[in-house]
Amino acid sequence: MSDQFEPKIALFACNWCTYAALDLAGTSRMKYPPNFRVIKVMCSGRIDPQFVVEAFRDGADGVLVAGCHLGDCHYIEGNYKALRRMTLLRKMLDTMGIERERLRLEWISASEAARFVQIAREMVEQIKPLGPLAPRLQVNQ
Amino acid sequence: MDKPKIAMYWCASCGGCEEATVDIAERVLDLVNLVDIVLWPVALDFKEEDIEKLPDGSITASLINGGVRVSDHEHMVKLLRKKSKIIVAYGACSAWGGIPSLSNLYSEGEFTSRAYHEVPTVDNPRGVVPQKSVTIDGVELKLPEILPRLLPIDRVIDVDYYVPGCPPTADVTWKAVTTLLSGKVPPKGSVIGASEKALCDECPLNETKPDKVLVQDLKRPHEVIPDGEKCLLTQGLLCMGPATRGGCTALCVKARMPCTGCFGPLDRVTDYGAKAASFIASIVDFQDEESIGKVIDKLPDPVGTFYRYTLGASTLGGRIRRNKA
Repeated sequence: MSDQFEPKIALFACNWCTYAALDLAGTSRMKYPPNFRVIKVMCSGRIDPQFVVEAFRDGADGVLVAGCHLGDCHYIEGNYKALRRMTLLRKMLDTMGIERERLRLEWISASEAARFVQIAREMVEQIKPLGPLAPRLQVNQ
Repeated sequence: MDKPKIAMYWCASCGGCEEATVDIAERVLDLVNLVDIVLWPVALDFKEEDIEKLPDGSITASLINGGVRVSDHEHMVKLLRKKSKIIVAYGACSAWGGIPSLSNLYSEGEFTSRAYHEVPTVDNPRGVVPQKSVTIDGVELKLPEILPRLLPIDRVIDVDYYVPGCPPTADVTWKAVTTLLSGKVPPKGSVIGASEKALCDECPLNETKPDKVLVQDLKRPHEVIPDGEKCLLTQGLLCMGPATRGGCTALCVKARMPCTGCFGPLDRVTDYGAKAASFIASIVDFQDEESIGKVIDKLPDPVGTFYRYTLGASTLGGRIRRNKA
């Protein structure tokens, strides 16, 4: 069974860096796994932990939050807020039994298409052995 | 004309909501002038069969406190739904699961083992645990079944209104009851009796809160004697005021205790714990991973802190189940 499991991963990408990197990966015809559902937001600082838990509830097996490198935020400090929020959220998800690999925070600049491809591949490989998340959530039982 | 009928019932609750109802003090006399109480297990001797005999929809409003933990709760809330025009989830447990819903972090085996064997104060040499049924001298005694998780009542029946608080204060209760009896009821699903704004709006320390709150350390209440004249957040105390519905008149803050969030989320917030965590994380005044981690590690139990009253109604519902082998 686990051979056939293809995780669905929600990718929150900031408009200024990561989304541009995704565009670049596409226009450069780089190959990356098709498991990602991309949601463009203006800034990684816009990612409320509510969005992450909602993604998990609605069937995401993993969530990747990605924005500009620290110090490069278009809005100066949005990504610092994302860093603080995801650090705390990850600790909470530990208690809730959600594996660490399922939530990832990465900084991917507009030129780092190759880095995105590498992270995407890694994440899919890490989540595959964990299996689907949604059936294990109490709200879905 | 008959007076409107009111029922009050408790499910998985501690009795605090019943206390709070009694706290309306002499106004209880006004209440009994206005309504007939047809069920109130803590104070009056009406039974389930009395409710069963009433025609469907004949109770004007049922105020239910406590979440649904065992099969009997499920049965009673369904019965009251059938007999009532309006169902009010009264108190945090009924509305979002409350503190008992933190049991959703454990399986039934884990929490019964803890409660009946492991707690240091438990004296249970014969290892007695609750059974669904037991026969003593030829008589079968039955206990309700423990459900897989604790649910807020709106996951079991249709709920019309919510009264927040752990417990709702006397004034909030009175405001909610008079709203219900006024005939001018708000849209279904509304929170009644409390404020529409966050607690800070009515907090006496709000004027000392700077435009931008930033903290370099989070302190727990036993670690510090707070200055009662200064916003508790700026002193590093984890006050949930900005994320929590007002209506209690900031009782805890007036006693120099930070808000723990018992009035729950504001409208439009879908997950109180995630929202409260979001706000606390964003005021941590560091930019490097290590220092941020250090501040956050000062919270020994973030789920218990941020979901203290709302885990049952949270987006994920509790701890995920292990993979079935």
